[in-house]
Amino acid sequence: MAPLIEVKNLRKEFGPLVAVDDIGFAVEQGTVLGFLGPNGAGKSTTMKMITGFVTPTAGTIAVCGHDVADDPIAAKAAIGYLPEGAPAYPDMTPAAFLDFCAEVRGLGRAERKAGTERAVARLAIEGVLHQPIETLSKGFKRRVGLAQAILHDPKVLILDEPTDGLDPNQKHEVRELIRTMAKDKAIVISTHILEEVEAICTRAMIIASGRVAADGTPEELARRSRYHNAVALTLEGGAGLGAEAALRALPGVAAVEPQGEIDGRVAYAVLAAEGRPILDRVNELARRSGWRVDQLRVEPGRLDEVFRSVTAAAGARRS
Amino acid sequence: MHATWAVLRRELAAYFATPLAYVFIVIFLFITALMTFYVGNFIDRGQADLSTFFLFHPWLYLFLIPAIAMRLWAEERRSGTIELLMTLPMPLWAAVVGKFLAAWLFAVIALGLTFPMWLTVNFLGNPDNGVILAGYVGSALMAGGYLAIGACISALTKNQVIAFVVSVAVCFLFTVSGAPMVLDALTAWAPRPLVDAFASFSFLNHFQAISQGVIDLRDLVYFLALIAFWLFAGAIAVEARKAD
Repeated sequence: MAPLIEVKNLRKEFGPLVAVDDIGFAVEQGTVLGFLGPNGAGKSTTMKMITGFVTPTAGTIAVCGHDVADDPIAAKAAIGYLPEGAPAYPDMTPAAFLDFCAEVRGLGRAERKAGTERAVARLAIEGVLHQPIETLSKGFKRRVGLAQAILHDPKVLILDEPTDGLDPNQKHEVRELIRTMAKDKAIVISTHILEEVEAICTRAMIIASGRVAADGTPEELARRSRYHNAVALTLEGGAGLGAEAALRALPGVAAVEPQGEIDGRVAYAVLAAEGRPILDRVNELARRSGWRVDQLRVEPGRLDEVFRSVTAAAGARRS
Repeated sequence: MHATWAVLRRELAAYFATPLAYVFIVIFLFITALMTFYVGNFIDRGQADLSTFFLFHPWLYLFLIPAIAMRLWAEERRSGTIELLMTLPMPLWAAVVGKFLAAWLFAVIALGLTFPMWLTVNFLGNPDNGVILAGYVGSALMAGGYLAIGACISALTKNQVIAFVVSVAVCFLFTVSGAPMVLDALTAWAPRPLVDAFASFSFLNHFQAISQGVIDLRDLVYFLALIAFWLFAGAIAVEARKAD
């Protein structure tokens, strides 16, 4: 099946500044792609180009087979877009606002009603439907913006920071919503929140300095971490056990990082050389040495650490 | 078509959602009456027509119409809603025309609310209602011209005050280019065709021609072409500045 979003050699210059520098990717149906990256990395600019708001300096974008430059109306009709900050007309009520969007989209009366009802129910905004948007809380404004994006049940959803400004419960609900909608859509979200990527994205792309610095499933990205397959070990008893030296001497161990001592328990992160599993060896050492093990856990890798090292490397290349 | 209609309705509702519409209408009606009765000596002239009423419209519009037009695009750009509007599946012209028509319709509503003037003059005498109708048509067309200029300039800035001031300045040029004062100064040195061309751009001359009861095709074409030109320029401005 053809990908729903196809981006090739995308480039955007703002005067002397290169905001997006040769980005290319394809998103298939069923994928939730997360854009990760520092502020100003080009995430939002890329999204604005996919949705046809910003014209690329070079490169092509196709949405559901429609070229965004040649047939912008067909491409835009296939997209639901939540711009950064969820802008909406402050003097309108959500009901009037959704109706306006549906009407511009050319939905028929029945479609409009069904679409609005579905979006309103999914985002739980019935209670504020007839209140001016300017009087709504940040969370409700964001949900009104999301309702607008899913109104016409689009094949492609582009959501720029969909959970920004929401409380933890609302974040959870929006993530659930994205997950349930993912099956028959291609969804692209941007976020700063790494746990969000792990929670909902089937694919993550780290964008730094306008380039794709890393691309893969969250698990694949986490595997690049030096903490991949590391063993987190907590022992009863103090540092006097000599555990640190013993662990360091184990074959396949790259390093041992003491994580501090609390209530007579001492914790270590035992890093695996080249990410190869070391759990068995650590386990055996503990048994042989007669340590009382309080906790023993294998780490999949730390996405935040991968994020930092990848973006730092991209930044260093740039300057 | 449905998109233009949707934009038109939204914009028109936006005028009435804030006190702006009511303030505008009250001030417009108050000043037209003031000008007509006191400055224009409507009663003392003893003539059953509305020429003194229409006489002041270009000068009134010079300040009041940019006040309607200033928010059209500047507000969208300031609040970021332009990103939403421009990523909806509709051609650019649909948004440009929808917004313009909403503002125009609003101006026409305000103009229509001066109907007591028409009632008064019909009560006091037997005016030529054809001439009065022509005056209203001319006034509405002229309002459209000022609005198209104001809408274009509104697309160039995020700041409504700047949009207002610049619009007034540009509209002023289009108004005075036909005033005798300006033309006299020009005839002294400029070649005749240039003076004529300059005068032909003036709102004043075309409006006065229409409001005397002669709806000449040339005057109609002038206003409609002027509106079309400024809407086109406005669309280019929106396209160029939308993402800044």
